[in-house]
Amino acid sequence: MPATNVHNPEYFHKVVDCQWACPAHTNVPEYLRLIAQGRYADAYMLNRESNVFPGILGRTCDRPCEPACRRGRVEEKPVAICRLKRVAADLREDVSDRLPTAPAVKNGKRVALVGAGPASLVVANDLVPLGYAVTIFEALPAPGGLMRSNIPSFRLPERVLDEEIDMILGMGVDVRYATRIESMRALLAEGYDAVFVGTGAPRGKDLDLPGRAAASANVHIGIDWLQSVAFGHVDAIGKRVLIIGVGNTAMDCCRSAARLGGASIKVMARKPRKYFKASPWELEDAEEERIEIVVDHEPTAFVVENGVLRGMEFQRYESSEGTNGRLVQKPLDVVFVPADDVILALGQENAFPWIERDLGIETGAWGQPIVDAVTFQSTRPGVFFGGDAAFGPKNIIWAVEHGHQAAISIHNHCRGVPVGDRPPRGMRLVSTKMGLHEWAYANDYNPAKREKMVHVDLAWRFEQLDVEVELGFSPAQAAREVERCLNCDVQTVFTDERCIECDACIDVCPVLCLSITPDGDAADLRGRLSAPALNPEQDLFVSGPLPQTGRVMVKDEDLCVHCGLCAERCPTAAWDMQKFDLLIPYAGKRACSASR
Amino acid sequence: MSYIKKPSARNPSLRPNALGLTVRDYEGAMSTLCAGCGHDSITAAITRAFYELDVAPHMVAKLSGIGCSSKTPTYFLSGAHGFNSAHGRMPAILTGASAANRDLIYIGVSGDGDSLSIGLGQMSHAIRRNVDALYVLENNGVYGLTKGQFSASADPGSRSKHGEPNTQQAIDPVLLALSLGATFVARSFSGDKGQLVPIVKAGLRHRGFALVDVISPCVTFNDHEGSTKSYRYTRGHQEPIVEADLVPPAAEITAEYAAGAAVDVRMHDGGIVRFTKIPEGYDPGDRDAVVAYLRAHQSTGAIPTGLLYLDPSGSEMHAANRTVATPLAQLPYESLCPGAAALDALQRAYR
Repeated sequence: MPATNVHNPEYFHKVVDCQWACPAHTNVPEYLRLIAQGRYADAYMLNRESNVFPGILGRTCDRPCEPACRRGRVEEKPVAICRLKRVAADLREDVSDRLPTAPAVKNGKRVALVGAGPASLVVANDLVPLGYAVTIFEALPAPGGLMRSNIPSFRLPERVLDEEIDMILGMGVDVRYATRIESMRALLAEGYDAVFVGTGAPRGKDLDLPGRAAASANVHIGIDWLQSVAFGHVDAIGKRVLIIGVGNTAMDCCRSAARLGGASIKVMARKPRKYFKASPWELEDAEEERIEIVVDHEPTAFVVENGVLRGMEFQRYESSEGTNGRLVQKPLDVVFVPADDVILALGQENAFPWIERDLGIETGAWGQPIVDAVTFQSTRPGVFFGGDAAFGPKNIIWAVEHGHQAAISIHNHCRGVPVGDRPPRGMRLVSTKMGLHEWAYANDYNPAKREKMVHVDLAWRFEQLDVEVELGFSPAQAAREVERCLNCDVQTVFTDERCIECDACIDVCPVLCLSITPDGDAADLRGRLSAPALNPEQDLFVSGPLPQTGRVMVKDEDLCVHCGLCAERCPTAAWDMQKFDLLIPYAGKRACSASR
Repeated sequence: MSYIKKPSARNPSLRPNALGLTVRDYEGAMSTLCAGCGHDSITAAITRAFYELDVAPHMVAKLSGIGCSSKTPTYFLSGAHGFNSAHGRMPAILTGASAANRDLIYIGVSGDGDSLSIGLGQMSHAIRRNVDALYVLENNGVYGLTKGQFSASADPGSRSKHGEPNTQQAIDPVLLALSLGATFVARSFSGDKGQLVPIVKAGLRHRGFALVDVISPCVTFNDHEGSTKSYRYTRGHQEPIVEADLVPPAAEITAEYAAGAAVDVRMHDGGIVRFTKIPEGYDPGDRDAVVAYLRAHQSTGAIPTGLLYLDPSGSEMHAANRTVATPLAQLPYESLCPGAAALDALQRAYR
């Protein structure tokens, strides 16, 4: 194999599994170390740099970082990264003097953002400090988009939402509430230098079955119903409630129903549990609240008697796994399940009835705008899309990253720079060596198990709609949990010409990830290392030829616990433990890092 | 010296052996030797050999004397019995332990100082008695614990770290053992586990005294330009002249070899040591021929390595002395101490 190019920032970036998996590339290990030192405000500010909403995301993020966490491969459970982010937000002191501000002198450019959801808010966050005059148009009477309308307050308290949105709007953003944009043509005519569409995916899918029209008084579209609950337009529901669908919206619907008078709540799924879209922890939280999850039931009809919904009919299936692991469902009988209300949580899509077809904003086969995946620009220069409006429903952290990228594009566009000119990412590597066998990070492996999140008692939970269920980690819990982090950003950096091939690193490695062996191609090497490299998702580091024998040093990055023992046992410092910083560019800022 | 313990995290692909143990269950404490010490690689080879032989750690006794090498039994098989003896006296302690309990597997770890200077007589007599043990001589040519003076195995003409040449003759433990009648003599290199692990396994299975002389560079005092026991020098001069592997008794022999390429030597337990490479005219069962070959070969500056001599038919200590098979600790008290009448009868026999 050719020797690995470790000068490309993406090589070491990929080793930091959590940061690599995070759409916004938040520097997780660094902020966990800051939490370990009790520097909650510093941890919060480091988070805010990339993900902008640490308090909100610390409660609601879909956590792509956690399934990626190396701890989950070495042990059973990953580090509770998401809940530690919340710790930084909850325990921090005042950061108001550290927040970005708008300059006194503006740059004369005006930008319109449609929708006050996370994507637009991030665009504002990045552009206002550069002197842009930013105007947000929002159909609802309050900002936040789905963070406010679709995420129930027992998961995300309003004060947390308001505080983090105010950090952006407080810089001086002109927000026009209760102002729905009805015509893109009219908006463009107002002469903005750029327009950003962050209108989300506001159209919930319906279920066209017999009886749907007759039952309409008691059949609700999930995201619309959640929005009505959020704004206080709905405060009750029937005793027996069926939720159709098993995504995360279904979980928010069933748990909200439990707080509005629902007594017997069933989530009806067409497939077995393994195929659910909801995050496992959201399913667990719902089941803890005595919500029943029924599998292998496909809705076939709404049953209405005398104009009143009585329930629904379902086709039952027996599921098994066929050849090549595919789901095989054998139909059984049709059953009737009584219900007073039905909530449809079958997914959602974006919709742009307000964008005229002749503006040069081209759409694809499904009416989706054609958006560049890197620049987020539509086919009309100066019009950008982001968040769910761009590529359909994802989650908040994706909308944040879209916002950052769109802001870079808008900044380019307004300066006459091609939007495709993306500022490159950089990296910084600094040795952590402090003494003979001392490092500037805690390299001692802590075998502690993942901390459990404490929940409010079931008895108290339903008293009010906005009783936050998760209590958050205590400082003591947080201190234990951060020590589970393996510090994957402290990289094993190898210098070929220093190696004397004494095998000390290979002998001491607890997870057998190092080998000195004759060179070969990747497939060949993977089979003949100290332990077979079984995870093709993870790279092999391959050195150049070693001085004494011409063999190569190979490291399988998969299971390295970054204990630094290879570097401690190395007599020539061919291995060193160096802290890696991914330097991420933002609008108006070259690649830099706030890490300290 | 590392301050942390080796992380308990394990590679999930580690395979358990017949006892359900992984190679990590054969480890000991963290090494306190210098980073890069050859001894640590030998420790790793010993760890792997015991794992691959499915040996229960509590059925092993590990003994050593004094020196860097003699610290290493702490770093493998933490579940085994251990004895750290006075300088150079390990062979006597090992002989006594073996006499008292022949059920345990004995491994003595020593160095060139412990074995070739202060303990030369001790080692010689253990060889002469053919005590059933694996004796690993971790040979680096210097006294590392006392700052790197030449040891008895330092080659004449090789230089110290400060540049002075050695003017005295070297004791070669391999030729010495052959002349003393050793029944298993091997030489290897700490940087060549592919060769060392099979030799350690064969040595553990050999009934009798198995000497393995392992060139083990001292990274602090003897890994420099003028050294003949450095990593670079040993890599440049090591010549694996014979290749051998251990085939356990129950294993089916599937590999095929060209006629004449493989020579099998049957061990006491029914296992086989299979020589897959032997130079023409070399016979690992002919002591005089081996000595002659090594003398001729070494005079060219080469370091011949491999399982150099093997005689599984030699009579080991217990057979020669017709000792009782049961460990003394398990004999009934009346048998161990038959009483005054029996003593009187014995003494009368000498009058």
